[in-house]
Amino acid sequence: MAQASEKYVLRLADNILILGQRLGEWCGHGPVLEQDIALTNIALDLIGQSRMLYQYAAEIRNDGSTEDDLAMKRDVFDYYNCLLVEQPNGDWGKTIVRQFFFDTYHYYLQEFLVNSSDQRLSEIARKSFKEVAYHAQYSAEWVIRLGDGTEESHQRVQSSVNDLWTFTGELFTPDELDREMQEQGIGPDLDVIAANWNKKVNEILEIATLQIPEETFMQSGGKQGEHGEYLGFILAELQFMQRAYPDMKW
Amino acid sequence: MSKEEILNMEARFERYVAEENKVEPKDWMPEKYRKTLIRQISQHAHSEVVGMLPEANWISRAPSLRRKVALLAKVQDEAGHGLYLYSAAETLGADRQQLVEDLLSGKAKYSSIFNYPTPTWADMGAIGWLVDGAAIANQVMLCRTSYGPYARAMVKICKEESFHQRQGYEIMMALAAGTPAQKKMAQDALNRWWWPSLMMFGPTDDHSPNSAQSMKWRIKRKSNDELRQEFIDKTVPQAEFIGLSIPDPDLKWNAERGHYDFGEINWDEFYNVIAGNGKCNRERLAARNKAHDEGKWVREAANAYAEKQRVRQQKQTSAA
Ligand SMILES: [Fe+2]
Ligand SMILES: [Fe+2]
Repeated sequence: MAQASEKYVLRLADNILILGQRLGEWCGHGPVLEQDIALTNIALDLIGQSRMLYQYAAEIRNDGSTEDDLAMKRDVFDYYNCLLVEQPNGDWGKTIVRQFFFDTYHYYLQEFLVNSSDQRLSEIARKSFKEVAYHAQYSAEWVIRLGDGTEESHQRVQSSVNDLWTFTGELFTPDELDREMQEQGIGPDLDVIAANWNKKVNEILEIATLQIPEETFMQSGGKQGEHGEYLGFILAELQFMQRAYPDMKW
Repeated sequence: MSKEEILNMEARFERYVAEENKVEPKDWMPEKYRKTLIRQISQHAHSEVVGMLPEANWISRAPSLRRKVALLAKVQDEAGHGLYLYSAAETLGADRQQLVEDLLSGKAKYSSIFNYPTPTWADMGAIGWLVDGAAIANQVMLCRTSYGPYARAMVKICKEESFHQRQGYEIMMALAAGTPAQKKMAQDALNRWWWPSLMMFGPTDDHSPNSAQSMKWRIKRKSNDELRQEFIDKTVPQAEFIGLSIPDPDLKWNAERGHYDFGEINWDEFYNVIAGNGKCNRERLAARNKAHDEGKWVREAANAYAEKQRVRQQKQTSAA
């Protein structure tokens, strides 16, 4: 039976843990209580999903590692999240645009993974699909609200779209591991995901009266462990307790 | 209404609540009853919201993913409590926006306990165990308060608070059963949170002038000192069970009273923190103000969009 490589599972897990960690920064600081709760909900879903994936990765590793070992004891170069999710929250609009770009990708990815030839990945995707679909709907609605809201919100959110566009290419650029997973029916054809994503993003941005940025240079490297400067600080907080008090039970 | 008629109504109202009837939003109530409730419920709501901050401080640093998820969910529950309570205050004719403004300007109060800092992970245990624990003692009483919407909000909230309290105690238990470093962290947190938790019940009965009226109206049903004693009696054995010591040399079981005797509370500290001199008073209000100010454009955008949608729909219906 097909089984994903540990690294591939870690990629999936790292993406949503890091994004969940970022969203968690909003908790208690949102623009209005209702949206504070909504964003925390998404953070909860994502971190919850990441735990299932880390548990699976730990099983594949099969050396007694736990979900926390994987999350808390790898340094930056062994983290495989895409660059998009480690970008700072910025204002609420930037958080929403980052979320919308990721959620839309995540939605089509999960849609594939539900039928992955890796049974565990398929089960995890089945469990998370409803949540992911809800996230995609929520962030798309907010992109529309902000894009078609006031002049100020329109400008703010357009500039976030422009800023973050450069990190979207990486999501769809396959490397050797992506191709290998695709060949085994474990992972999707990223060209198909890209086509779906572009269609959806175009559609929503148009409703939101926002412009798709011109051809932009696309950053890459996150999923191979080549990160910018933000991730180190995220890990410094995420891993503080496990580093300062190693090998203890909490 | 003449003065006499009002006095008559008030007497009837007092009888009505004394007979354990619930007051509902549309019922007649004395103006002072309404004001007292708005003040109490909104302070309670503000406390839930400001209370998110000391715990949110540890979300990014929780020691395990399981703890991280539990903490996130807990802080989110507190936001939900804030919402229920603002709604309950609105049933009395208060305006949520105005209530929030009063918090932000420093005019309205919130529970002073949240002006204490959370420097270590063990504070997440101590807050859940002691602060949520003290809140429960008060809130269980409020489940039977005379104002219906407040009582019903409390029933919902109490269920979640007891969950928080167990979760906090469980964090402390894990620490207390851990390495010397962990145990030290737990004891340190207990040392810092014990006395402020006792202060949460408010001044002693002889210094609590408004209590009598609130008891008469069945808003409150137990005095500050009664609730404090209940909390102490319940919590001391819990500390003993996990091998932590309560930082009070005068604490001892009094068989005659059937209660624990305890030492003098430092009321100077209590009033000092209320006066704004706690370690984190400034940070807490500043954080709420920052969130509010930076959220302004978002709220405006949402309103503008809703208005545009309303107009669009109107056009559609009138065209059809
Ligand atoms: Fe609460
Ligand atoms: Fe609570």
